[in-house]
Amino acid sequence: MEFVPTPSQTAGPYLHIGLTRNHSKPCIASPQAKGERVWLKCFVLDGDGAGVNDSLVEIWQADGQGKYNHPDDRQAKTADPECYGFGRMAGGEDGGCEFETIKPGRVPGPGNTLQAPHLNVAVYARGILLHLYTRIYFAGDPANEQDPVLALVPKERRETLMAQPDPARPGGWRFDIRLTGEKETVFFDV
Amino acid sequence: MGQVTNERSIVSYHRHAPASQPTRLYDAYKSTPKRNPHKPLIFLPHTLSETTGPVYGHDPIAETDNDLTRQHHGAPQGERIIVTGRVLDDNGRPVPNTLVEIWQANAAGRYVHQRDQHPAPLDPNFSGAGRTLTDETGAYRFVTIKPGRYPWFNHYNAWRPAHIHFSIFGRAFLSRLITQMYFPGDPLFDYDPVYQSVPDEKARQRMISKFDLETTQPQWALGFRFDIVLRGPEATPFEA
Repeated sequence: MEFVPTPSQTAGPYLHIGLTRNHSKPCIASPQAKGERVWLKCFVLDGDGAGVNDSLVEIWQADGQGKYNHPDDRQAKTADPECYGFGRMAGGEDGGCEFETIKPGRVPGPGNTLQAPHLNVAVYARGILLHLYTRIYFAGDPANEQDPVLALVPKERRETLMAQPDPARPGGWRFDIRLTGEKETVFFDV
Repeated sequence: MGQVTNERSIVSYHRHAPASQPTRLYDAYKSTPKRNPHKPLIFLPHTLSETTGPVYGHDPIAETDNDLTRQHHGAPQGERIIVTGRVLDDNGRPVPNTLVEIWQANAAGRYVHQRDQHPAPLDPNFSGAGRTLTDETGAYRFVTIKPGRYPWFNHYNAWRPAHIHFSIFGRAFLSRLITQMYFPGDPLFDYDPVYQSVPDEKARQRMISKFDLETTQPQWALGFRFDIVLRGPEATPFEA
């Protein structure tokens, strides 16, 4: 027998019934988690710049030490039990949602590299037949210069992967996910 | 950066075969052009960020979470069905202890959702959401009612084939899958751009459940089998 992955289909406009009505996860790391606390506002925007009000954002990230809470991460570090690593939220009418977390540490990349702190993101919505993967980096982090994944992205598009600090709020960051259009976010073939 | 010593133990996962997954920009499905990238995706070598993933959903699962016909005081309207199957990876190995979430319309084709304006009745005894964990063999099982078909606004006289939405996590963030399970012989397949967005016909048929007499319970409910395959690793990961 041949085992080929089942095709993906759109989550549709009513994904809230199954995924977020009782099971959204706005808090990725508890207040006891070690690391720099971050409040991250994400907006999912369509080709007209309008908020996607039936979007879903899922986030997966390492803890403050750069360790994933998963058996396949065999780094000799203990995962912080206060950092769950996973979050998911539906976009509101403006396509926006807010996560509370910590800034992750650096995790190994291909070869002998270290990746800059980043969150892994999956985006779903009506009209998205196969979910989209992107990453959130932190603008101004010096480690971005050495990140092996950012190095794969044309320089003029790297900015689309940078969360920007909110000058009005310590620890506040904003990240726009532009599904298409002039400043289309970089998405990855994972 | 010599402190990184064990990245060699990272396994890559299989990539999707061409035509086995939907075409993202599929014009017949009118919402796709403004909601999908038009620039090429950037090929990402797999790192720990992709090959690890959340162990999610182990917060309490209630006894009736996998029986959508017992979540209210009375029984919902419609044809009671059993939907069961296994979650496997593309090496044919079971995916145990992973969360399977479903949501669906009621028997009349109406979702419990403020944005669903289809003039079909709501059912006070049906919410349409379920969740369960796969067992050690990757098996899961739901009891529900057969969802109705419903119209949508994609094109003139557009109707969706009957379907149940499925969400599965798997072992890695890259094995995450959201799909729809269809029922055998639905005459709407030929007219549905969501179903037709998958180019390969054999791949499309993997989304159709099979009627199964063995799963069917006498004097109670018809049974349907739906096996789900997730992306798997190119080599067996070492045990931690």
